[in-house]
Amino acid sequence: MNDPMSAAASRESQDDAQRLSTAPLDVDSAVEPMGIGVLGWLRWAWRTLTSMRTALVLLFLLAVASVPGSLFPQRGSNPLRVNDYLANDPVKGRILDRLGMFDVFSSSWFAAIYVLLFISLAGCVLPRTLLHAKILRSRPPVAPRHLARLPEHRMLDIASDPQVVLDSSAAWLRGHRWRVDTSEFDGRGGWVAAEKGYARETGNLLFHLSLLVLLVSVGVGAFNGFKATVIVREGSSFADTQAQFDSFAPGRGFDPTSLPPFSFTLNKFSADYQRGGQQNGAARTFAADVTLVREPGAAKESARIEVNDPLVVGGVKVFLVGHGYAPMVTVRNAKGDIVFHDSVVFLPQDGNFKSTGVVKVPDTVPQLGLVGFFLPTAVVDPVLGPTSTFPAADRPAIYISAWTGDLGLGTGRPQSVYSLNTSTMSRLGIEELAPGDVWALPGGNGTVTFDGYVQWASFTVAHDPGKELAVVSAVLAITGLALSLLIRRRRVWVRVASGEPGVTVVEVAGLTRSEHASVGDEVEALVAALGGGPSENPSRTPAPGQGSKPQT
Amino acid sequence: MPTNETLAAYSNYLIYGAMAAFTIAMIAFAASLASMRGRDLVPAGVPEAEAASGGVAVATRTALAVGGPDDGALPPGRRSGNIGMSVTWLGTVLLGAGVLLRGLSVQRPPWGNMYEFAVTTAFAVALAFVALSLKRDLRWLGLFVVLPVLLTLGLAVTVLYTDAAQLVPALKSYWLVIHVTAAIICGGAFCIGAAVTLLFLVADSGERRALVGKRYRLDALARRLPEAARLDAMAYRIHAFMFPLWTFAVVAGAIWAENAWGRYWGWDPKETWAFITWVVYAAYLHARATAGWKGRKASVVALVAFGCFLFNFFGVNILITGLHSYAGV
Ligand code: HEM
Repeated sequence: MNDPMSAAASRESQDDAQRLSTAPLDVDSAVEPMGIGVLGWLRWAWRTLTSMRTALVLLFLLAVASVPGSLFPQRGSNPLRVNDYLANDPVKGRILDRLGMFDVFSSSWFAAIYVLLFISLAGCVLPRTLLHAKILRSRPPVAPRHLARLPEHRMLDIASDPQVVLDSSAAWLRGHRWRVDTSEFDGRGGWVAAEKGYARETGNLLFHLSLLVLLVSVGVGAFNGFKATVIVREGSSFADTQAQFDSFAPGRGFDPTSLPPFSFTLNKFSADYQRGGQQNGAARTFAADVTLVREPGAAKESARIEVNDPLVVGGVKVFLVGHGYAPMVTVRNAKGDIVFHDSVVFLPQDGNFKSTGVVKVPDTVPQLGLVGFFLPTAVVDPVLGPTSTFPAADRPAIYISAWTGDLGLGTGRPQSVYSLNTSTMSRLGIEELAPGDVWALPGGNGTVTFDGYVQWASFTVAHDPGKELAVVSAVLAITGLALSLLIRRRRVWVRVASGEPGVTVVEVAGLTRSEHASVGDEVEALVAALGGGPSENPSRTPAPGQGSKPQT
Repeated sequence: MPTNETLAAYSNYLIYGAMAAFTIAMIAFAASLASMRGRDLVPAGVPEAEAASGGVAVATRTALAVGGPDDGALPPGRRSGNIGMSVTWLGTVLLGAGVLLRGLSVQRPPWGNMYEFAVTTAFAVALAFVALSLKRDLRWLGLFVVLPVLLTLGLAVTVLYTDAAQLVPALKSYWLVIHVTAAIICGGAFCIGAAVTLLFLVADSGERRALVGKRYRLDALARRLPEAARLDAMAYRIHAFMFPLWTFAVVAGAIWAENAWGRYWGWDPKETWAFITWVVYAAYLHARATAGWKGRKASVVALVAFGCFLFNFFGVNILITGLHSYAGV
């Protein structure tokens, strides 16, 4: 065959023709730092960082670094269990804490890995994107010199004019949506080059770039968003201001004035539980019925908040995340005046909602404190003592111990509403009360009445301004992946030469990545379209799937 | 909605029936492999003289007992292989019916706890296998698919068994249905992918040693498998097909989490291991494009990724507590 190009150039074009991806050549990473000082080292460092091998190592590191985040409790999601860990094993706990094992996903070493990975990603993908953009505008590469070396190769003689063969090949390929470049028959030979499946590379780049966008959107959400929780008792209201939350975790760039000014009243919380069977007591439905006021002065609306069905209001979402009981207690002093009358949030301790809580009565002299637990289905177990055997309030009771003395509220130090500091108090006694029962406190200290109970629900109010972008980038990433992994990029070349008079010698060859079904079917179809029929195929091995590996 | 105990009981019988069928299939596949005539391990492209020194004529290379041309008389291993295939079909149908009845008994998709998830995943593995076998001859693979299916079912009915019941509220979400469906399909396909990858390593070791005239401990098995290059391509195709779906499964899970808890990603142990699995599968796909990692090393990465997937199901549910803990185990 007569190729006008020099040997070196044809070698180059051969490599070019066989490369179906803009993936960086692996030789890059093997290049030693050149002895040209700082610049040489920098170039070497950049090339190493953006090589496939480094990306692979960083991916492994990312996976390994995530493991401790699942083995140790994390402050971000479970601060109480971190405290427990530190209390139970202070020495080991301290060391682990120093290493960031309780804050893996916000630790500096975890950040170092993903920052490097994403720098590598950008450094790798941006040049590839430019290269691909160029390729998308250029013609299919010219044929390698030795078509017979390609994984798919057919030789056939066609009784027709060479130019006609070239034209009909090009027409067939164009008709099947290949990008085609072709030469005229110059008396000795001519060729057609065609390529298809550019979307593979486009998809690959789209995927990697979407990951960058995803990272940005996670950052935007964490910086500008907030997350807060609040407990609301049945019959009580909640207004969306920072002061009313039990906990509030804003991002660094969060603007508190952007909280939408809604408020709601919890009218009723309902829960259903499985009765009987292996899963006795397992929750089946939770629902919170609320009356919502979107902004001061707006009309009242009723709404229902359920697990998996949050309330959307003013750009934030209100999620139902927990519930419990709040016993209603009335305390009278020795004179019979009411000094306390309210429902008090008790925190559940187990699956059957044995709950503990505290009532503080500062307005008597001496002050009065009540500590107790609430049992929705009270049973006195011979071993465990009073326990609850079912989460629903079938047989509610409270066990309460009363203390007098100084509640310690005057010290100015903030106190938990769920615990009572009894160091400066003395105990009056303990009593079991069913709804309606009145307990006359010993020593003429007044009475405690257990009026009944209401339920409470806890809500998370959250706003993540990066969420929409995150979803969009995830969808783009999946689209890119699907294109990248399911589409084959393939090339086909046709070369004609005049043989015996009236006969054209035609070579058809194809190339694709080895992973997917070969380009053989398409080569075969083209051959058939040219009138060649099923041809002898010198390079095809008998076992199916064998012939599709390119010789690299 | 009450639970229909009768349907749940029938579901259990069907699942036991499926296990019996898979046991028979396993024996048949094992017998088929054992009696099959092996191939020569010297791969294509090696000069004939070299191949001939391997002791077997080149012409027999393609006359694989499995996948070879049908020439009337059944070659050894064929009949038991056919029995294995038919009984696997039967087992798959029984298992599918069992899964269906379980779902009907509770009026919801039957993947609300570990038992149901395990049984449904076993069904997905079996279904993927018989579906793939429609287009190509997979009798050589049968044993290595039926075995994990049986192990999963055995574990499900003994350790993980949970009575049919309704779901806890957090699990009632159509995003959950989408998420878990995708995860189950991926689980089934990844399992087959891991089996093919393991077999690739066996066939490849056999071929490499045969090239230098050495014997390999598992030669007997390697000879009965398709060429290593074919197994490698098949394993890659399964993984490449499933990786976008796995990505989707993780994203769907994040959407569900956002709907239930107000955050789409919170590094809960289950989420963390889904992420690890995803990263390691991505590493596998990368490794295949990285010099020095192609082939065997990349395959090991794929197996590690499957290990992470399994750990996320068994390890995380049993050893680590998080928001995702299922009702019943
Ligand atoms: C966040 C980290 C990354 C993830 C999750 C990831 C994931 C993937 C996946 C799943 C593929 C397979 C798609 C395909 O084969 O077409 C892929 C391909 C590829 N990735 Fe990444 N990647 C990451 C970072 C990088 C980095 C840092 C580089 C640059 C060094 C890179 C370069 C490539 C290349 C060149 C391919 C295509 C290989 C080929 O042509 O077959 N990736 N990546």
